[in-house]
Amino acid sequence: MSALGTRIGAATAEGRSALIAYLPVGYPDVDASIAAMVAAVEGGADVVEIGVPYSDPGMDGPVIQQAVDVAVRAGVGMRDVLRAVEAVAAAGAVPVVMSYWNPIERYGVDRFADDLAAAGGAGAITPDLIPDEAGPWLAATERLGLDRVFLVAPSSTDARLTSTTAACRGFVYAASTMGVTGTRSTVSDAAEKLVARTRAVAPDLAVCVGLGVSDADQAAEVAGFADGVIVGSAYVRAMLDGRGADGVRALSGELAEGVRRQAGA
Amino acid sequence: MTTSAVHPPEQRLEPARPSWPDETGHFGVFGGRFVPEALVAALDELTEAYRAMRADPAFQEEFARLQRDYTGRPSPITEVARFAEHCGGARVLLKREDLNHTGSHKINNVLGQALLTKRIGKSRVIAETGAGQHGVATATAAALMGLSCTVYMGEEDTRRQALNVARMRLLGAEVIPVTTGSRTLKDAINEAFRDWVTNVETTNYVFGTVAGPHPFPEMVRDFQRVIGDEARAQLLEREGRLPDAVLACVGGGSNAIGVFTAFVPDDGVRLVGLEAGGDGVDTGRHAATITGGSPGVLHGARSYLLQDDNGQTIESHSISAGLDYPGVGPEHSHLHDIGRAEYRAVTDAEAMEAFALLCRTEGIIPAIESAHALAGAMRLGQELGPDTLLLVNLSGRGDKDVETASRWFGLGDREEVDPGPGLDTDQQPTEGAVTQGDAVAGQDAGETA
Ligand SMILES: Cc1ncc(COP(=O)(O)O)c(C=O)c1O
Repeated sequence: MSALGTRIGAATAEGRSALIAYLPVGYPDVDASIAAMVAAVEGGADVVEIGVPYSDPGMDGPVIQQAVDVAVRAGVGMRDVLRAVEAVAAAGAVPVVMSYWNPIERYGVDRFADDLAAAGGAGAITPDLIPDEAGPWLAATERLGLDRVFLVAPSSTDARLTSTTAACRGFVYAASTMGVTGTRSTVSDAAEKLVARTRAVAPDLAVCVGLGVSDADQAAEVAGFADGVIVGSAYVRAMLDGRGADGVRALSGELAEGVRRQAGA
Repeated sequence: MTTSAVHPPEQRLEPARPSWPDETGHFGVFGGRFVPEALVAALDELTEAYRAMRADPAFQEEFARLQRDYTGRPSPITEVARFAEHCGGARVLLKREDLNHTGSHKINNVLGQALLTKRIGKSRVIAETGAGQHGVATATAAALMGLSCTVYMGEEDTRRQALNVARMRLLGAEVIPVTTGSRTLKDAINEAFRDWVTNVETTNYVFGTVAGPHPFPEMVRDFQRVIGDEARAQLLEREGRLPDAVLACVGGGSNAIGVFTAFVPDDGVRLVGLEAGGDGVDTGRHAATITGGSPGVLHGARSYLLQDDNGQTIESHSISAGLDYPGVGPEHSHLHDIGRAEYRAVTDAEAMEAFALLCRTEGIIPAIESAHALAGAMRLGQELGPDTLLLVNLSGRGDKDVETASRWFGLGDREEVDPGPGLDTDQQPTEGAVTQGDAVAGQDAGETA
């Protein structure tokens, strides 16, 4: 059974959406980033997306780039990432790694899958790997029962929604707007439409929405139509502003309230 | 092997299409698409439109007309006998892409992609640029076809290539200096992809080389192969034979693929790509991706790249902004792995020696990128010996490089560039120069005095 699917399903059973927090390993340093992830869990995150620093993060906006750049320059690598996975699991949330493909390929696809499973990780989100190119990754995750999360976008055709969701396990990541990561002042209607189209082809797969959610009101709005709300840049912003683990815990608290608001609304 | 490569002229008529890539853009194990899902629809649209356009005689006619009347094709072949005296007795023939409108081979590709942009009904183009040649070519085609144009250029490169920044702005393009990451070409490509994913409904990405996700490596190759198709016919016509070797510099690899493609089926013809060796491959400060790198994924495709143990891209170094890129097109990785082409590194110093030599033996100022291919010919000529025939792709002209070259050779600062009768051999080259540069300068100063 999928670790992510189980956790998101439990949130659904409570009549709410799951809160998924993204933070990169290594900003401002490895220990402080792990402390921030644990704080995100204490504040109410159900899942932590543990970001692998990468030198060429083509899908990320300036906020995440700035933090990740520091981690890359410090030489943060997969060993540090696996340490974060263990810490998040120990804190009681589901750890899922978020990585551009080259760091995984360089580490070795099978070796990465083995070490991730051993560390207690649920699986990985791969923003620049489409299922068409994912042969070895599909095989490794199959062998170990790991989750694999691919992305769908407003521009995806129905045929691609079908093939991509069929390749996913755990959830499918709906990139709500055409663009890169970063907070936005409004949630686009494209998100709700994309979720509806995705559900139509994959009724049994959780659909989580990311790109742009920054506060409790937006989280509540997205929670109205998605199984999970993914928040990245807002957490990273808290770290860049020096609000540290306490700031992250407080942000998680607000967002956790947001994802529950729909139930009473 | 030197004389066996004679083919009857009939064979040149319909140049063979390589058997790669496959339907989904793979050259052996390389290539493919490693992109966010949000770009897949745009890449599919581009692939389909490109295939339809390629099969459309009206497009072929329009493209041929632009190449003839606007670019000035076919570009000539020039034999450089005085330069060849330094090439071990080999004969050296240059394919003159430097004489194209805008000064390099980049225009070949850009005209094709600009026509494609109009065909798919988009009104804006974006491009990345390193040396600025692809940016200038894109700005040029955009002006010609009434498209709006934004060019991303690393902040570092906007300083190195200020002349080309001014050219692009004169042509009506917006130039955005990129301040993220290493502030060079690789980061300009990242920014261009970010722009594209955000504005894909109105915008087409005119990619400048044979790298990137499918269909760019295939499409750019097809637009550039005119170089080799022409050269092969020109050689058969004037020499009645094929060359022993074809040489080209390799940044992303578009001019090299352009000149190689027609010769790939000709087993007797050696294909030699010259990568930028910077300070030397063993110093770690270079851009020799195949010589000094390893397979991985960068900018949407699997290919060789410069990377560390964590899979982070390593910054490249070269005196040539156009070769200063830590990746390379997937077809080159494939040609390397199957042994059909060989790749060698040429240091900054060797390239600048060849640069100076061509200037003063032939009256041709090459682009520093192209000087890497010339340096390769000097070495290969020594290896192959007299009477061999070397075809060198002169991918661009050196107007943009005058300042860099003046600094390298210590010709004085911007206010007073006075090379005198020859290069002033008393002056020490400024930072980074090593002794080979002096040696040839001395030799040539003697010759011209
Ligand atoms: C004159 C010239 N030659 C070569 C290159 C390298 O590109 P490629 O390897 O794609 O031909 C450039 C790039 O700017 C260039 O301007």
